[in-house]
Amino acid sequence: MTTQRPVLIINAHLVDPLTATETQGSLAIENGVIHAWGRAIDASAPPEGALVIDGRGRTLTPGLVDLRAFVGEPGAEHRETLSSASRAAAAGGVTTVVSMPETNPPVDDPAVVDYLVRRAREKAGIRLLPAAGLTKGLKGKEMTEIGLLREAGAVFFTDGARSVANAQVMRRALTYARDFDALIVHHIEDADLADGGVMNESELSSRLGLPGIPREAETIMLERDISLVRLTGGRYHAAMVSCAASLDIIARAKQEGLPVTCGVSINTLTLNENDISTYRTFLKLSPPLRGEDDRRAMVEGVASGLIDVIVSDHNPQDVETKRRPFAECADGAIGLETMLSAALRLVHSGDVTLPRLMQALALHPANLINLPQGRLLKGAPADLILFDPDEPFVLNPDTLHSRCKNTPFDGARLQGRVHMTMVGGRIVHEA
Amino acid sequence: MSQANGGASRASFGQTNPHRPSGARIEPLDCGLTPLYSRVLMSNLTAPGRLFPHRHLLGIEGLAPDDLIQLLDLADEAVEVSRQVEKKKATLRGRTQINLFFEASTRTQASFELAGKRLGADVMNMSVGSSSIKKGETLIDTAMTLNAMRPDLIVVRHHSAGAVQLLARKVDCSVINAGDGQHEHPTQALLDALTIRRNKGRIRGLVVAICGDILHSRVARSNLILLNALGADVRVVGPSTLLPIGIENMGAKVFTNMREGLKDADIVMMLRLQRERMNGSFVPSVKEYFRYFGLDSEKLAHAKPDALVMHPGPMNRGVEIASDIADGAQSLIREQVEMGVAVRMAVLEALSRHLPNSEARA
Repeated sequence: MTTQRPVLIINAHLVDPLTATETQGSLAIENGVIHAWGRAIDASAPPEGALVIDGRGRTLTPGLVDLRAFVGEPGAEHRETLSSASRAAAAGGVTTVVSMPETNPPVDDPAVVDYLVRRAREKAGIRLLPAAGLTKGLKGKEMTEIGLLREAGAVFFTDGARSVANAQVMRRALTYARDFDALIVHHIEDADLADGGVMNESELSSRLGLPGIPREAETIMLERDISLVRLTGGRYHAAMVSCAASLDIIARAKQEGLPVTCGVSINTLTLNENDISTYRTFLKLSPPLRGEDDRRAMVEGVASGLIDVIVSDHNPQDVETKRRPFAECADGAIGLETMLSAALRLVHSGDVTLPRLMQALALHPANLINLPQGRLLKGAPADLILFDPDEPFVLNPDTLHSRCKNTPFDGARLQGRVHMTMVGGRIVHEA
Repeated sequence: MSQANGGASRASFGQTNPHRPSGARIEPLDCGLTPLYSRVLMSNLTAPGRLFPHRHLLGIEGLAPDDLIQLLDLADEAVEVSRQVEKKKATLRGRTQINLFFEASTRTQASFELAGKRLGADVMNMSVGSSSIKKGETLIDTAMTLNAMRPDLIVVRHHSAGAVQLLARKVDCSVINAGDGQHEHPTQALLDALTIRRNKGRIRGLVVAICGDILHSRVARSNLILLNALGADVRVVGPSTLLPIGIENMGAKVFTNMREGLKDADIVMMLRLQRERMNGSFVPSVKEYFRYFGLDSEKLAHAKPDALVMHPGPMNRGVEIASDIADGAQSLIREQVEMGVAVRMAVLEALSRHLPNSEARA
């Protein structure tokens, strides 16, 4: 390995999720890993040949680790490619992205994992790690080669936006995965109960004349899964919870000491069903946006740590699939590039502290997939971002790097701009 | 929201109609006017017409009581036009109206076609069905294509809620919602209101029971909003599987027993039950549905003796309504069809005043 030029970032506001501290100071990088950080570093005497970056008082934190993004390759390159996803992620301060297996062909074979790992090395400036399917063809019937896929580099197992309806299949997968300490990530939705639904079931859905998805479609599946975790002892992560009742279930499971964690999408955390208003199709999501009470519960869940991770649920959809009547259009919104600034709304509203937010955005997701990232720690990879959490802007979708522009934050006032993104000590984005 | 008065003083909307027989407006208004106020209204007939304040008719939601009354008054005049030998006005002469139906419909499409023709418009019918969707053309593509042909009015029916709003954002002309999914069907609600007002002389204070498949019914939604806006006492009656979530907050008293729901009702409004919903998915069988929710003479006897029966059509005789009731003395079902043409004429005329070079605008 060639030695890299040392880097010294001075005059920064350092936020470390691991110690949950905020410090003014500097951070030194050697050979792509964090060498030292804090007040004690002598900013006036950088190592010889070092690149010195003036942080100008901006916030320096670990880069975001996003456990849920659709990147389009292989098979849907018109929606997103590894390189466009990577550029979007870098611009949004996301330094590690886990890609979903709902590709064509799906990621259910070690060869596809291998392809993605190699192609990501070539095409992506950020770290792109594949998740593999939990069942063959993501059909919910037979489990995939969990051991071989893991060896090839799959970081966890999920059927993406599909749920495994068959409890026996889920039980076997959880049992088998335990032997490999593999993590199973599940989209919690009872497909029958949700059938035909296109938004949260509520008075609003009745008014809009849109079929609804009851919260129970989520809680029934989650309850079932928790029972199976109790039965099998497999490591389980509920991909995205969306309602307060699910948090009660998660809280009980955690109290019981079960190996259960959960995530929430940035959309669920910052938007609610009323944002759909005049049938805005960019807000047709799965799980659907719920009411404000549920959103508030999600925010409290992040603040208390009950919710472990925040994901972008990045899902690029083009004009063909989104510019249709609400019930007929595809689910999903892009999110890699706006996740940080949208999440900072919780900090600005005083609901969540910045270190806590960075735990959910970086440290906890890294821990879940056993990465050393997500913390300011000597020896940890220098995957870092420098941003101004207060800088206001109005989001113009044309400036986004994703190949699709289906952002729910079109024209939204946001705060927090990423000025530099660094992966392994190398700058991959500057603004 | 339920205040329907106030705007009436400006409701001199149809005054430009030379065919209106004098005194046609003496139809009692449902807006709680004092006689004095009514006289003021009459004397105002020569005042300039109030411009209908919307460019499109996408739903009843968002219309003020004034707007509704204005349309009903205008429709009253249109009824007279349709009853003449010479059923023609020149209001829409030179205008192009496209009836764009993504969902099969005989009566609504025919009604809009006649309405447009009686106002002198050139009317073109397009039944898109699902074929061009299969060809890959999106709704927006279709809208842009039609827009390029420079129509003045587009009447749209689509199987998806919100589709008409989507289309309205993409075209330059006026758009009329002829039914979008399970969302709204505003002209049906207007024609129902017109029928009620002409028969009962008012809407305020009437007990209206809307019965049947409320969940899937755009007619029920539009009627709920309109009847509430004009001060009716609205009930919905149906099995719980066919009632939408939160209906009790939408201005209706909820009944799951037909006899209780019809008690002392002035108007019994039946809804169509789609065939695919009868066989165990929402209700167990036609037989059971008719037993508990079909309108027969026994159930109707619980309503007021002078109660009137309505149905938006097409009817399933023997499913939601017994044949003898549908054709009986209390039935307004055929009159509804006549009012349909009148209301659509009124809507077309009201919206046409926003079109470029319209006399009302000039």
